Amino acid sequence: MNTEKATSWALYIYIAIAFAFIFTPIIWSFIFSFNSDRFPSLPLGSFSLKWYQTILSRPEVLEAAWTSLVVAACSSLLSTFIGFCTAYTDYRYSFLGKQAYLALAMLPPTIPLIIMALAMLSWLAQIGLSGQVVSIIIAHTVLGAPFAMAVIRLRLNDMDPNLEAASWNLGASEWRAMREVVVPFAMPSIIAALCLTAAVSFDEFAVAWFVSGLNKTIPVVILEILQGNVDPQINAIGTFVFVISITLIVVAQVLMLSKGKKEETAQ
Amino acid sequence: MAEGQRRDFYAWFWRAPLLVWQLLFFVVPLAFMFVMSFWLVKNYRMTPAFAFDNWAKMLGWNIFWSSYAYTMALAVAATILASVLAFPAAYGLAFRVTDTTRRWALFFLIIPFFTSYLVRVYAWQVVLAGNGVISAMLGWVGLGPISLLNTPIGTLVGYLTLSFPLVVILQTISLASIDKTLIEAAHNMGCSPLRTVFSVIIPAAKVGLIVAGLFCFILSFGDFVSPYYLGGSKPPTLSIMIVDSTKSGQQWPRAAVIAVVMILSLLAIAFTAVKFAYRRRG
Repeated sequence: MNTEKATSWALYIYIAIAFAFIFTPIIWSFIFSFNSDRFPSLPLGSFSLKWYQTILSRPEVLEAAWTSLVVAACSSLLSTFIGFCTAYTDYRYSFLGKQAYLALAMLPPTIPLIIMALAMLSWLAQIGLSGQVVSIIIAHTVLGAPFAMAVIRLRLNDMDPNLEAASWNLGASEWRAMREVVVPFAMPSIIAALCLTAAVSFDEFAVAWFVSGLNKTIPVVILEILQGNVDPQINAIGTFVFVISITLIVVAQVLMLSKGKKEETAQ
Repeated sequence: MAEGQRRDFYAWFWRAPLLVWQLLFFVVPLAFMFVMSFWLVKNYRMTPAFAFDNWAKMLGWNIFWSSYAYTMALAVAATILASVLAFPAAYGLAFRVTDTTRRWALFFLIIPFFTSYLVRVYAWQVVLAGNGVISAMLGWVGLGPISLLNTPIGTLVGYLTLSFPLVVILQTISLASIDKTLIEAAHNMGCSPLRTVFSVIIPAAKVGLIVAGLFCFILSFGDFVSPYYLGGSKPPTLSIMIVDSTKSGQQWPRAAVIAVVMILSLLAIAFTAVKFAYRRRG
């Protein structure tokens, strides 16, 4: 019994160390963003907001923030739509070649981003669509769709298949049943998918860097700072991105959980 | 008949978006990249051709193969390290905490995916540098100054930053879904905890553990940020070669050759891993 307890404690300490490793760079970048030193080291310099002032005074950073927002908004809408269609198809139908269809849906995350970047760049350049904001939207839709599909599919899992059938029997057309039964039921997961895919797009840099041309997104600006004269404004931008992404994720999480709970109590 | 057609239209309406989009912007780009690897670059312009020049050039180039070996070795090292280091944490989270704690832990493990990987790499740059935090702390105990920057260790730290949270998540989920009665049965029959881990838990969770390792391998194998900014690009990995030949060299067809070789290697490894995962124990 005692060894059992000791093992448990050893494991807790181990888990704490693992989390420390994971969160070390996140916490340090946060600290460095408020630190006055150009080249941060121990002991830290004084508290300062100058890196935040620097980024706010650079028009190209604000421009990139706008591009990032547009790209995240458009690609999350597109990939959530595609994800919903795919999830519904998987839920409702079985057909010849469905395995291949689902493989096609889930494959993009298994291809390294740098390879996606090269493939996208060469194909989009070939059809005259590279170097534009649209190019990034197209690419991010491909990357986001599998995540949207997964989130919405999980939700549809909980839907009674008889629900849709019942509304047909009551005289609703398939379209009307979709509008008034399936979509409302899936709504929390649809919004969660929008948040998740927006966050994916907001952070992606490899593909965006290759296909974007002069239309930089925020992560591409970060990459360029990293390549050139590195200074702690990178941490200030990073903190902004983090706050936005984490807000999106928390909203997604809360939506998924709160809706689930209400139904649990109702049953 | 009209009714049937309407049904078909309804079904295809939901089926088509994925097919159209992923064919046009996922399958075709990858296929085109393969075709492009046979094209030629003349006067900085790509011209369609069916020539093996790029393939001959890349596959006959010593530096390419040493890069290949280096990338492979680093990615394998990261996979083994991440899998071994994640296991005790996943074991603890799967068997020694309450469901609520586990849910919170998984939530926190997702957070890193939504902080910029580039910013985290920059933070490591500062922490690992010769005048950085780790060196300063080693200095207090009389060691150092040591710079881990621009060493393979730096690259590995970066790879783990990228993949470790995911490996812990996947391992935790696969361990938590093991049938608990199996473990109790082993206990009741006098199996020691350590032996339970190796002869009951690991075989039962084999598929999930291998999938976790596979994802770590894919992420590390394709990452160009850590080997460049933490590893110093000496020697360059395959992903860095793709970046260099695309961005500065205008050698897209050669970059395509590297990418195709990488995809084939990944396919071979994924296939072997899956086959191994589902192999019956003899």
